[in-house]
Amino acid sequence: MKEVMLEWRQRLAFNSILLYIGSTIFVCYLSFGVRSNELSPITWNVVFWIIMLFVSINAMAKSFADEQKGRHFYYYTLASPQAVILAKMVYNSLLMIVFSVTALLFYSMVLGNPVEDMTFFFLAILLGATGFSSTLTLISGIAYKAAAGASLMAILSFPVILPMLLMLIRLSKNSIDGLARSVSYDEIVTLMSVNVMLAAVSYVLFPYLWRS
Amino acid sequence: MFYFLTFGEVKIQIFVEFYSPQTDILNMKLTWWKLLAILILLYVIIGGFMFDVPKLNILNESIRNLYFHVPMWFGMIISLLISVIFSVIYLAKGNAKSDIQAAEYANTGIVFGVLGLLTGMVWAQYTWGSYWSGDPKQNASAIGLLIYLAYFVLRGSFTDDQQRARISAIYNIFSFPALIALLFILPRLTDSLHPGNGGNPGFNAYDLDSRMRLLFYPSILGFTLLGVWISSLRVRIRLVRNRIYGIE
Repeated sequence: MKEVMLEWRQRLAFNSILLYIGSTIFVCYLSFGVRSNELSPITWNVVFWIIMLFVSINAMAKSFADEQKGRHFYYYTLASPQAVILAKMVYNSLLMIVFSVTALLFYSMVLGNPVEDMTFFFLAILLGATGFSSTLTLISGIAYKAAAGASLMAILSFPVILPMLLMLIRLSKNSIDGLARSVSYDEIVTLMSVNVMLAAVSYVLFPYLWRS
Repeated sequence: MFYFLTFGEVKIQIFVEFYSPQTDILNMKLTWWKLLAILILLYVIIGGFMFDVPKLNILNESIRNLYFHVPMWFGMIISLLISVIFSVIYLAKGNAKSDIQAAEYANTGIVFGVLGLLTGMVWAQYTWGSYWSGDPKQNASAIGLLIYLAYFVLRGSFTDDQQRARISAIYNIFSFPALIALLFILPRLTDSLHPGNGGNPGFNAYDLDSRMRLLFYPSILGFTLLGVWISSLRVRIRLVRNRIYGIE
């Protein structure tokens, strides 16, 4: 928990991501122009999730890279690697939930909101935020160790995160159409199991990454 | 193909045999399973084109692709699984050999994957009408290949050997569950044009007389053995090269 507080102190990153969200959405809004009210729900949905994908990659890339060299050694003496990865995943999930909700608010403000089943859409966002953070936290650690910057982060994470993204898009499409909730139980169960699996794998693997 | 791969290395191998007292990694013995692979593949290639197949609408003779296309995917999954196992061994023990093995099995897996895509695309041109029809399984396997290409990009971005071995092993293990989700869970959730999905009858419905199975199962075994053989050759080449340059 202390980790979470520590990360919170670096609000510069937080603000820059907020600005990133704002400007991306505004770019989308301007690109669709006056025709934005004719946006089909499918396009609305897909554009939203692609924005979220890039936002999360940008946000997570900072989760290791922005720390000074000495601090890793400090953590190393202070806490076990399992605690570090758990804290980072929890923090990143919270961060992503906050980002997703703000993004959704701003997004529906400028581009309208065709969602019929809002609680279910929030469930999709929740699953997406935890899923993105459990996948990307370890990958950002890998990219940080490789010292190759953000492009490697994108290369490594896209193929891993794509199945999750596709399932999220389908789930939120169901909620936009206001389908019966039982239709999407399949997706929810799969998403949750994939999330848990990836989080567990990162929990097991992180000590090896940390040691080097 | 493997002769082609080793041809350039023959000089190095002779060189090492001459100067190095340790010849354990150089034994060129044709063990029983390699013979088995050769025999099975001969049988599959001859039988695959010559034997009778059930005559069916649309599929016609293209049903023979079952002997070549599907085993590619088995070969890929098995190679990648072996690669992941070696990555786990590397993280547990930290010996350089398992890292090389993991990388080479992943390499072979990619070759199988590309061949699987190509054989599938040729088949799809004649049965579905186009090389690429955005079928979930096609997309999923293309993304799966991207994972392993990213794995090699990651390997390329390190200068330190140990660092590279450890971190690429981590990525390899981490991405495998995602690959499994991609190949086995996701296509099940949507309709696919593939036989056995989305209301299309599976191949099992066709070959009830089990003539095809007589070729199909050996074919899987044969191509898998071939994959293991190619990878073990490449691992040996790398080990020999390391020994020459004194890296090991």
